[in-house]
Amino acid sequence: MALDALLQRCRAWKHRHLLGTKDLSPKDISLVLDVAEELSALKDAAPLKGKRLFNFFVEPSTRTKTSFALAARRLGAEVVDFSPANSSLTKGESLKDTARTIESMGVAFTVIRHGASGAPAFLSRLVESSVINAGDGANEHPTQALLDLLTMRQRLGKISGLRVALVGDITHSRVARSNLWALRKLGNEVTLVGPSTLVPKDLEAPVSHDFDRALREHDVVMMLRLQLERQQAGLFPSTGEYVRFFGLTRERLATLRNGTIIMHPGPMNRGLEISAEAADSSRSVILNQVTNGVAIRAAVLLLLSQVNA
Amino acid sequence: MILIKNARPHDVLLDGATIKKVGKISEKAEQTIDAKGLVVVPGLVDMHVHFREPGREDKETIASGAAAAIAGGFTSVAVMANSGRVCDDAVGVVYVQAKSREAGGANVYAVGAVTKGLKGEELAELGKMSEAGAVAFSDDGMAITNSELMRRALEYSKMFDKPILAHCEDTTLTRGFVMNEGRVSAKLGLRGYPNAAEAVMAARDCYLAALTGGHVHVCHVSAKETVDVVRRAKKQGIRVTAEAAPHHLMLTDEALLDYESKYKMNPPLRTREDVDAVLEGVVDGTIDAIASDHAPHTAEEKEQELAACPNGIIGLETTLGVILSLKKIPFDRAIDAMTAAPARILGLKGKGALKAGVDADLTLIDPKASWTVDPASFRSMGRCTPYEKMKLTGRAAKVIVGGRLCS
Repeated sequence: MALDALLQRCRAWKHRHLLGTKDLSPKDISLVLDVAEELSALKDAAPLKGKRLFNFFVEPSTRTKTSFALAARRLGAEVVDFSPANSSLTKGESLKDTARTIESMGVAFTVIRHGASGAPAFLSRLVESSVINAGDGANEHPTQALLDLLTMRQRLGKISGLRVALVGDITHSRVARSNLWALRKLGNEVTLVGPSTLVPKDLEAPVSHDFDRALREHDVVMMLRLQLERQQAGLFPSTGEYVRFFGLTRERLATLRNGTIIMHPGPMNRGLEISAEAADSSRSVILNQVTNGVAIRAAVLLLLSQVNA
Repeated sequence: MILIKNARPHDVLLDGATIKKVGKISEKAEQTIDAKGLVVVPGLVDMHVHFREPGREDKETIASGAAAAIAGGFTSVAVMANSGRVCDDAVGVVYVQAKSREAGGANVYAVGAVTKGLKGEELAELGKMSEAGAVAFSDDGMAITNSELMRRALEYSKMFDKPILAHCEDTTLTRGFVMNEGRVSAKLGLRGYPNAAEAVMAARDCYLAALTGGHVHVCHVSAKETVDVVRRAKKQGIRVTAEAAPHHLMLTDEALLDYESKYKMNPPLRTREDVDAVLEGVVDGTIDAIASDHAPHTAEEKEQELAACPNGIIGLETTLGVILSLKKIPFDRAIDAMTAAPARILGLKGKGALKAGVDADLTLIDPKASWTVDPASFRSMGRCTPYEKMKLTGRAAKVIVGGRLCS
């Protein structure tokens, strides 16, 4: 009964694929969060029984891949796994053919993670199944932003009118972009904080290089993972200097306003962009983010399944 | 003798492979072409195309490319050296010429490589290639990053009075690029190629032309800064010429919002401001020529995620329609940019002009013809065009090469 009511609500969803938060309306976003929470209350329902999900991770991933698998199984769907190392992609098969081959074995969802921005959009033009972007290059990681929003809503009671600082390597971050598009649509103020070599000036969002000040002025401080290869590319001089200006150290933790929460999409570089004290403090909601990931992904699968149904 | 009657602005009488007379003609001929409603212009010249033969005949052959040229109204084309087997010696030049004669479509001229194997390390045999008939030299597709080598190339080619066609790209600034760097690339999370990477190399090459007295021709100008560089260099009397491609005169980087590979080329589509600046450059003559940068790839290659697919789109069969449909370049300037200007830059004798005594290469344009771009109908083996399904106005109705009616 409760499931029927939930499926009824899902009808408001019109997207066949989830490629990015760019394409979602504020209503769409609220719907995903609501369905995620209601699903958590629902036990023993298998609305996706008999459906298959293709976990097509061309780039390595632990948490996102596992999270999608758990979400699918929770709704009764089967999971087909893909790992690039021993796949036909290494034998020169194209992305198009790999996806279509697996799909012709009867797949309802293709969850793709790929190093090239736009790969999910490309795939969505070629396949019949619902394509879910699990991270493409520096473009988007929509389920990450949605689980971040759910976490904010749970902890802060709202997802509009907040001041959010995205901190670190914005240029190469799909998490930053998905969050930026979603947060701005919902009426939040977003500041991009980081070294000028890693924050694009063209994203039309306010940029700050003063992390200490940003810490005092924001309700949410979202730390991004720093890829060490950016140093070799000459984008910052040393990790020591990075921490000096943009690391969430123990000292900086002490300056946070009351109520400000710390987020991180993981995997963390403890001691680099975030100190152990900050990651494990009462302000940190990092593990809540992971928990919410499964709920959000289950909600996305359920919503998409109703469009194709 | 062939008489072209009722064409604007003149009648033209052809005697074999030569134009006999232009103007009001009362003489009779064996064959009369009624060109009512058509405009007669010198056979169009595209100074920048890529046919893939020898080596990659799966993408384009000299014959298919020459046929595509005719279909698009072009009677002469210059092919870049970066085919499967690089055209970096006299044998390569002679091969292109032989295949062109065999194909019997447009005249195909060979551009020789500047450096052996396009490696940017040692000069190729520019002299022997010149003797064999190469019309210019270019490592197009690859930038010549070594400034000393570029200097020597300009110095040396001057001896044969041949231009260096420069692909201006500071590749240290464009590593891994997929599109223009700017607002759209920031939004899409794609690696960008900033305007500055083109402009700094164009500026370097202009200064090297000044230093050596050589002739540098800036290929496919896409950035507004590059237009400025060329304009300033010309004012200073430097021997520089330039070309622009139709796509840089019409499309912007906004086209990439759906990550479609038909909008991926090098240099990339830029912003509206750049398009307007390049257009202005063509109109005021800063940019001498319009050239397609026709670059065919196989469907398999283009049908990949954007980061993986190769740069390049085809253009020979759409250039004229695109340029006339823009309605931004006065007709006579547009035709000059596709006839006299490239013929002058490449030193093509008897081409690009419409007067008694020159080669009987003519294009009859129907400026009012309305048509829809259908890649399936292309003579080129390439199919990847950003103009697919676009409605254009103006196309070549008849094409004459060497006194022979080809279409």
